[in-house]
Amino acid sequence: MDSLVERFRSGDRRALARLITRAENRSPGFAETLDAIYGSTGRGFRIGVTGPPGAGKSTIVDGLAAAFRAAGDSVAVLAIDPTSPFTGGALLGDRIRMRCTEDDSNIFVRSMATRGSLGGLARATVDAADLLDAFGYKQIMIETVGVGQAEHDVMTASDVVLVILYPGGGDSVQAMKAGLMEIADIFVVNKSDHPAADRLVDDIEQMLELRARRDAWRPPVVQCVATERRGIAELVLRIENYKSAREAAGDLAARRRERREAQVRRAIEEELALLLFEKSGFQDYITRELDRRRPPYAIAAEVVNLIKNSLKHAI
Amino acid sequence: MTSEKIRVLVAKPGLDGHDRGAKVVASALRDRGMEVIYTGLHQTPESIVEAAIQEDVDAVGLSILSGAHMTLFPKIAELLRSRGAENVVLTGGGIIPKEDVESLRTLGFARLFGPGSTTDEIAEYIESEVGRRRAAANH
Ligand SMILES: Nc1nc2c(ncn2[C@@H]2O[C@H](COP(=O)(O)OP(=O)(O)O)[C@@H](O)[C@H]2O)c(=O)[nH]1
Ligand SMILES: [Mg+2]
Repeated sequence: MDSLVERFRSGDRRALARLITRAENRSPGFAETLDAIYGSTGRGFRIGVTGPPGAGKSTIVDGLAAAFRAAGDSVAVLAIDPTSPFTGGALLGDRIRMRCTEDDSNIFVRSMATRGSLGGLARATVDAADLLDAFGYKQIMIETVGVGQAEHDVMTASDVVLVILYPGGGDSVQAMKAGLMEIADIFVVNKSDHPAADRLVDDIEQMLELRARRDAWRPPVVQCVATERRGIAELVLRIENYKSAREAAGDLAARRRERREAQVRRAIEEELALLLFEKSGFQDYITRELDRRRPPYAIAAEVVNLIKNSLKHAI
Repeated sequence: MTSEKIRVLVAKPGLDGHDRGAKVVASALRDRGMEVIYTGLHQTPESIVEAAIQEDVDAVGLSILSGAHMTLFPKIAELLRSRGAENVVLTGGGIIPKEDVESLRTLGFARLFGPGSTTDEIAEYIESEVGRRRAAANH
């Protein structure tokens, strides 16, 4: 394990890839490794990309990657796709659209399956982003599963969220119902080669008029034709604007703090679940009580009380 | 709570234009519980190997119809070795003459799958070979 971290520190991409796998698998020692590299994180900028299926998320990511590379930045991508709940398998196809990797091996693309995690990301996505960040990647893009519903995890996982919509992919009212309006820092109306694109832009602008945001930022709407890389330069500008505006307001630090809080909470939840249901006898206890026809909430209350009592002595 | 999925890269090197076979294999492996990274058409050996490294796959499955297997397959095997990824299970399918199958065997392709093979055979081969190599790596 330690030699892997050394290889990682010396810039070995294979070691980076292997450490991501260990985080995904929750392999023994993965948490210590992440803590060991924690001090080197915080230099990369994390861009979340979400929106309904087929909106052009991967194509946009490809265009952004090329633009960032041209500007001299290193680029990494995490592309999340769903795990089948029936077989546990996954088909990860986002690389197909990322043609820019073909002649530029400095772009690091990693496909991740959700492995049962809801919320649009994999359990290890923030860990993987931390590894990429500590490895030295400056621009880190995170493409969510994209089911057309608000995938809230992407908000805490990234420094900025791009919501990609397209004409014909449901109207803006649907987007609002799905909660996408709340998580967008920047809207992209992709496939603007379609005649209905202007309508969609107007709709989004109107929605934005109506709603208050908890910070002073007003999300811009950028039109793109990702397949022709049109609008990508403007999108890059908007991302930079957002970054400097949020940095000046001190919001970026607050957002990153929220990410760490969520990470700590989740780590505690994971450990406790393991402790309660796998390493202790509670699972057997629950089964036994249910067999005796004891009702579910009574069993839960009893278990929680037992834990409370033992905590009294600890804290 | 640790779980080790088998990760497989399904790639199509060379210039031939359709990938139905590769897609069928990719979905079959997914249905067997594997995480399958599919890269699309016209991949160079270099980009296939870089993808295999970045995705940290246990196996690479190549599909080819163009007849260029005797140049592309050995090149990919060699690049994987040079990157220190010789532990990756390398296999492939397509229309490959018997004598070529023999020479590819010595070059890192222990088994290849011709047109008559079933997706189950391919999946079982990958499962057993990855299992064997993981067990060996842990000792
Ligand atoms: N007409 C048009 N098609 C696009 C555009 N951007 C992406 N597409 C196509 O839309 C499809 C879905 O794109 P993809 O990037 O995979 O979407 P994702 O599912 O959101 O990641 C692909 O066939 C793309 O070629 C665009 O600006 N205009
Ligand atoms: Mg995609």
